[in-house]
Amino acid sequence: MDQPSHALLEFVNVRKAFASTVTEDSAVDVAVDGVSCGIAAGSFVALVGASGSGKSTLLKTVNRLGDPDSGQVLLAGDNVQDAAPAMLRRRIGYVFQGVGLFPHMNVADNIGIGPRLSGTRASDGRIAELLELVELDGSYAGRMPHELSGGQRQRIGVARALAGNPQLLLMDEPFGALDPLTRDGLGKRVRALHGQLNLTTMMVTHDMAEALLLADRILVMEKGRIVADETPRSLLKGAGGPIAQAMVAVPREQAAALAQMAQLDGPA
Amino acid sequence: MNDILVNLASLGDKLAAHVLLAAAALGLGIIIALPLAVWANRSPAVSRVALGFSSLVQTIPALALLALFFPVLLSLRAVFGEGLPTLGFLPALLALTLYALLPILRNTVTAQEQMDAGVLEAADAVGMTRWQKLQLVEAPLAAPYIMAGIRTAAVWTIGAATLSTTIGQTSLGDPIFAGLQTQNWALVLAGCIASAGLALVTDALLGAIERGFQMRRRWLVWAGITLALAGILAAAFAQRATDDNAIVIGAKPFSEQYVLARLIGQRLQDAGYAVEYRDGLGSAVVHEAVTSGEIDIAVDYTGTLWTNQLKRSDNPGRDAMYEQLVRWEADTTGTLVLGRLGFENAYAFAMKKDRARQLGIETMDDLAREARRLTIGGDVEFFRRPEWLAVEDAYGLKFGRQRTFTSTFMYDALKGGEADVISAYTSDGRVAADGLLVLEDPRGALPSYDALVLISPQAAKDSELLAALKPLIGAISVEAMRQANYAVDRLDDKRSPAQAARELARTIDAP
Repeated sequence: MDQPSHALLEFVNVRKAFASTVTEDSAVDVAVDGVSCGIAAGSFVALVGASGSGKSTLLKTVNRLGDPDSGQVLLAGDNVQDAAPAMLRRRIGYVFQGVGLFPHMNVADNIGIGPRLSGTRASDGRIAELLELVELDGSYAGRMPHELSGGQRQRIGVARALAGNPQLLLMDEPFGALDPLTRDGLGKRVRALHGQLNLTTMMVTHDMAEALLLADRILVMEKGRIVADETPRSLLKGAGGPIAQAMVAVPREQAAALAQMAQLDGPA
Repeated sequence: MNDILVNLASLGDKLAAHVLLAAAALGLGIIIALPLAVWANRSPAVSRVALGFSSLVQTIPALALLALFFPVLLSLRAVFGEGLPTLGFLPALLALTLYALLPILRNTVTAQEQMDAGVLEAADAVGMTRWQKLQLVEAPLAAPYIMAGIRTAAVWTIGAATLSTTIGQTSLGDPIFAGLQTQNWALVLAGCIASAGLALVTDALLGAIERGFQMRRRWLVWAGITLALAGILAAAFAQRATDDNAIVIGAKPFSEQYVLARLIGQRLQDAGYAVEYRDGLGSAVVHEAVTSGEIDIAVDYTGTLWTNQLKRSDNPGRDAMYEQLVRWEADTTGTLVLGRLGFENAYAFAMKKDRARQLGIETMDDLAREARRLTIGGDVEFFRRPEWLAVEDAYGLKFGRQRTFTSTFMYDALKGGEADVISAYTSDGRVAADGLLVLEDPRGALPSYDALVLISPQAAKDSELLAALKPLIGAISVEAMRQANYAVDRLDDKRSPAQAARELARTIDAP
């Protein structure tokens, strides 16, 4: 695969451990074990791995929701740890499974929170525009979060993440809590926005099928290390090693089984 | 019923003082508890200490907590100087503030613990600073819970504030304590109704604010806050109207003290002074209050000062005791002993006549012989007083049982047979009215208790004031005092202390 000439985001030997609460020998659990890699501007990168593989921890070092113990994260060449966390985060979109809409604010206020923090105000037109990006009409602006469905809430979450015109969009299991239909629709929408808004997107997921369908580069993590760094196409052709291939095998077998069932029954 | 209404209508200044005290304590409680709760949320150690301390405070009875601030402030005078008030508003405010802390603190800490982790993560992720997160997310989400805590604290504070009467702070406790002592139940009920009514109204207002936060109706929040502030302002305005230069007369919590305070007050009013009363001060508090100038005038008794202030247990005789006291006050506290009123209110052991005859008891010596089979009733402080120890020693008294009553109920207890002998007072009208036998004290174990007028060092400089009170000196016979006391204490055809004082004044002016 082609190596990025200048990376927007670069991890340099990033390492982070947590004090172990499970093991008895008071050891530490290494969550991220010396990761180095670059993310090119404009790429859509999926970070895939089992629970506890360190993918979320790695993602959160970017917007400083969790700083590494050692190593550096460079955003456009600058160490993110040199920036004040609040200022840094206003430049980075962040969408996560819990959504975290502010329950005491209506949709418009939730979407406009980023500009408000910087001392400006998102106009009604801007709110409508952002709602339109996530395929909701302007009538949603005055609604409260508890009046919305799970899918609508995450759409608002995406709109909120985009309100500050970020270059970089971080997503941590963004569709994990949604029903499959909603998940599929919102996934496609986010992929389209990625292109439309010239975003660089980094998405954490444990679902290899989702990664294969949305991303143009897939990093597979296992025990804090990146064990595969491939395009979806090359993964499907068998590259990336045994761990990556075991993950790819699941959706492939499901697809094959479904195709077989359709063939056996014949056309409906 | 009519009596209660009349009493209620006269409680305006007490209500105003009560509102201001409770509001100040609640306000101070909020100012302390909220930042403390935020800090506690960031540090488990702070949380443990803060919640532990405020829970501990709750276990101290409110009455004791209020009383404890008197010695605390007294010792703090070493730091802040003699101007630091030890009675009245300041100690009441401090004690009630401590009392208000727990519910606010606990609810605020709980509200923060219960907050949705996702919402807090989002607050960080969109780029809120710590302050913005507190202001835009944590505070509004915690507000309904905090309001619920403030509501609880408000109701507690308003209730406990009635007890601040005992440390010289005017409150709705004044009518309750005064009514309890003089068996004026209409007055007690009026105080209770006013205090409960205030608590209910406050609870409703704060409840409206809480609902406003919950349902995110800003107008409801503002309406509640506006009304509450209007009430506090009205109270402050009413309070401002009272005269700062008024002469303050203190009274311990029993009928004779109420009557004498009114007698003195009425004379001063006739002489053109504005007068205020601090009723229901604890016996130990009164002396300190008059020497420090917290109050201007009080009536005390030679024997009480002799044992409590001079810490003496000998008995030099009535006149010698008085003269030494006058000198001692002048030398050590600068307080003026204006003179003796002319009667004694001594402790004396009293029994029902038929019971005494049946047991063959006439003197304390006879009593000592039968004591093991008898129950003695005393007022709340009696068994802790040096006089009691002196009597116990002198006669070798050992009673079968010892019971404590408020001074009012002590006489009822004797009548009802719950006590065989009580520590009565010689000037008490009920001794004669109930036909009690006062036992002789052949060994002179009980000191004399001449009633005397104490004037604070500042007020003592006012020669007009002294002149207005001089005619009272030596003018009150024990019979006249008994009659006045009985007029207040009896159940039928009851007089208020002010009425009884007027009747007493008439016997003085026309001997």
